[in-house]
Amino acid sequence: MGSVSAVEEARAGAGMSGTTPLVCWFEEVNKDSVALVGGKCSSLGELINAGVRVPPGFALTTHGYAQFMRDAGIQSEVNGLLEGLDHQDMDKLEEASRVIREMIESRPISIELEDLIAESYRKLSVRSCIPAVPVAVRSSATAEDLPGASFAGQQDTYLWIRGVDSVMHHVRRCISSLYTGRAIAYRMKMGFPHEQVAISVGIQKMANSLTAGVMFTIHPTNGDRSVIVIDSNFGFGESVVSGEVTPDHFVVNKVALDIMERTISTKTVCYTVDQREQKSVAMEVPFERQNVQSIIDDEITELAWMGKKIEQHYGRPMDIEWAIDKDLPAAANIFILQARPETYWSEKPKPPASAGAASAMEYIVSSLIAGKRLS
Amino acid sequence: MKFPVPHDVKAATIPGTEGWERMYPYQYQFVTDDPVRNQYERETFWFYDGLHYPEPLYPFDTIWDEAWFLALSQFNNRIFQVPPVRGVDHRMINGYVYISPVPVKDGAEIGSRVPNFMERAGYYYKNWDALEAKWKVKMEATIKELENLQISPLPDLEDISVVNDALGESKGYHLIKNYDDLINLGIKCWQYHFEFLNLGYAAYVFFMDFAQKLFPSIPLQRITQMISGIDVIMYKPDDELKELAKKAVALGVDSAVAGNRDWVAVKAAVEKLPKGGEWLAAFEKARYPWFNISTGTGWFHTDRSWNDTLDIPLSGIQTYIGKIKAGVSIDRPIEQVRAERDRITAEYRALITNEADLKQFDELLGCAKTVFPYVENHLFYVEHWFHSVFWNKMREVAAILKDHGMIKDIEDVWYLRRDEIKQALWDVVTAWATGVKPRGTYTWPPEIEWRKGVMEKFRQWSAPPAIGVAPEVIQEPFTIVLWGVTNKSLADWASVQEAGNPDTITELKGFAGSPGIVEGKARVCRSAQDIRDLQEGEILVAPTTSPSWAPAFAKIKACVTDVGGVMSHAAIVCREYGMPAVVGTGHSTKVIKTGMLLRVDGSSGAITITR
Repeated sequence: MGSVSAVEEARAGAGMSGTTPLVCWFEEVNKDSVALVGGKCSSLGELINAGVRVPPGFALTTHGYAQFMRDAGIQSEVNGLLEGLDHQDMDKLEEASRVIREMIESRPISIELEDLIAESYRKLSVRSCIPAVPVAVRSSATAEDLPGASFAGQQDTYLWIRGVDSVMHHVRRCISSLYTGRAIAYRMKMGFPHEQVAISVGIQKMANSLTAGVMFTIHPTNGDRSVIVIDSNFGFGESVVSGEVTPDHFVVNKVALDIMERTISTKTVCYTVDQREQKSVAMEVPFERQNVQSIIDDEITELAWMGKKIEQHYGRPMDIEWAIDKDLPAAANIFILQARPETYWSEKPKPPASAGAASAMEYIVSSLIAGKRLS
Repeated sequence: MKFPVPHDVKAATIPGTEGWERMYPYQYQFVTDDPVRNQYERETFWFYDGLHYPEPLYPFDTIWDEAWFLALSQFNNRIFQVPPVRGVDHRMINGYVYISPVPVKDGAEIGSRVPNFMERAGYYYKNWDALEAKWKVKMEATIKELENLQISPLPDLEDISVVNDALGESKGYHLIKNYDDLINLGIKCWQYHFEFLNLGYAAYVFFMDFAQKLFPSIPLQRITQMISGIDVIMYKPDDELKELAKKAVALGVDSAVAGNRDWVAVKAAVEKLPKGGEWLAAFEKARYPWFNISTGTGWFHTDRSWNDTLDIPLSGIQTYIGKIKAGVSIDRPIEQVRAERDRITAEYRALITNEADLKQFDELLGCAKTVFPYVENHLFYVEHWFHSVFWNKMREVAAILKDHGMIKDIEDVWYLRRDEIKQALWDVVTAWATGVKPRGTYTWPPEIEWRKGVMEKFRQWSAPPAIGVAPEVIQEPFTIVLWGVTNKSLADWASVQEAGNPDTITELKGFAGSPGIVEGKARVCRSAQDIRDLQEGEILVAPTTSPSWAPAFAKIKACVTDVGGVMSHAAIVCREYGMPAVVGTGHSTKVIKTGMLLRVDGSSGAITITR
């Protein structure tokens, strides 16, 4: 574990130099920074500034992206390759995509940009208390993750990336993901000019999850806003997100933060990292742990507290991914990985519970008449 | 859900109790000779009122059941006209009371009752505080009348003043008249009991109902928390004990006060101290009216008051002296409770998105807060203060019956119906006037012996929780909020019936009364006398608790009860003290034994027993 001063020193001067930073820390951005660092990174910055703990990281900004494209000098060549293509002709689009992506991934990053990224990565390793910290490198699109306009999954994410060279390589791959066949087709269909889109790349410490899962700040089955529902399993959250296991299930009162319901399931599978292959792998949960609660009560309470803060910050029910990191000490190890607005209940029109009763008296009378239905 | 036919249950008479019906009013019987009444009884849903009557009723104690049979029903049906429900009907099997709300089945009739209810109930809701102030005056006057009522023995020769003042009446006549007055005061007191209660519960239950519509998962205890921190006189007796403890320490008499479990010994020791007189005067002052508090629910003659058993309040004072000596605050954290109430209310309010709902929430919450003090305070006036005095007046009547050889022991009087006592008193006064022996001296003692045997057999009998045909909808507000009749409770009742060997049960479920989780040793206290055995940090397991149990809560770290909902005494007090409670578990005092290790989860209502 590094000292506090080392962390402070590492954080200082990441690169908010001038008005057009090429690289910046997540905590330096907020929800108004979508144009600079894309939706994903700006929402991480927003969370940090709301007091929510997320794994630390930094972004190559859209200026950094523009700088890269200028240095590479390929924009007109790219436009030429796409000219006259039909957005419904996926074969031709995929072929053009392959050529463009190879082109982007083979161009060197300028010394200036490479120095900025490498220095930030070194500082991130110091902050994470791990040399050459494994990171997630993911694209952060400027039109992604917006409420009602979600086309997530269109850009790339690379996990368990270690070392400066590998980070550089995957930053380029993320940039090139702007030119997947589907992304090209979408822009053509919507009439967005290719040279006007921009992308940012987030580089974030991998949460080395002991336990992970999802959390809703609304009851997913009845729309009750007074509860927080948490699903958890050992290892990474993908076993929970994919529905591969029946996770442990907790219902927490949002106001009092006490656990109202707990269901401990038999959890047969969990995901852990294969460092060599740089990917997560499924493994069987040891028999003696299968029926053990995968998250302790204090962590449930803290998570729910975080969920409540996130909801208050965004002013609406949220759908949150979280993890408990085994690299970091207790009390500093619960991380929020992602938070997006809950859409199902939030967009469903809800009839008023007062059902037209104008006064307490009218409500009492109409309720008396309705009575309580048995069976 | 299928429940037994009432007449089949009744027909299986316990051997040796044949003829038990004469111990209770005739209209309480399920009948087979009247085909119309029989048909009605068969098609009706009856549930056992275990909330009020954990034991079979003594013939005399049936008085309060008759009193509320009349009072609840008349206010529902004849005074306020609750639209969909008339009154609550009553029956008895083997001394256990079964009740049933009577619905208005015709939709048009329900509609025609609505304007009356709106006008009449509306008037009470609108003028609640002013009418409640009137109520207090009426109630206190009634209690005063009761306290002043003279039950005088019959003299061999009337006092000379009867002649000199030309009174023209005898002590015999007074006995008959004052017995009637005593009974009538009791019935009147129960009239007042229900004047506000139906409406109070309706306001309360529909605020809960509305909150649950807004937040389907909201625990009832959170809703009740929004109405907590309101000063009610239910806390007053306990506050008096705390004051007496503080005064004992301040006057330096605390060692003497804490020196013995027996009040007579303590009193003798305190009297000898220089400032002992001052403390004893304060003690006497606190007794009236605040020690007129029953050690049970007050519904039964067996529930003696603090004034009857001064060892019990003494034990409470001793507990508080111990706390003061240990430097622990004994004041209820009322400011904290209020701050938490306001925080919780504000947070739930902030989650309401619809304007109309927000307005309705505020109105209903306001209404619930208005009615809350009455819903709590009436208990002190009626069940505690009035009843405590009443039972002792009845003992004075019994003493006269005993003097004249009608009963062998004062406590035998409870085996007679109140109208039988009236007859017996007539027998006594006519024989006294005439100078002969009352007929009842021969007939009552053996009848009472037989009734004692019957009651003993009734106690061994386990009353089915429900009989008859379950309805689809229940509209009577008491049935819902007080007895908690829901699908779930019906199913639970059915399962309690089937519960196997109590020595193998490791899990019990009840209502989540007050949040939190603790583990600890159980202490089963069946009555307020037993709370003297409580050790610091134990978990109290009780049939139910009442205000006179308050000092127990200063020692324990959780509470479990057999009977009661989230509005029961145990739940309210635990929330105020911030300790877990699981209430209404049905049979925990039968399953749990003192010394067992328990885990009490007041947030989910689960109790785990480590065997």
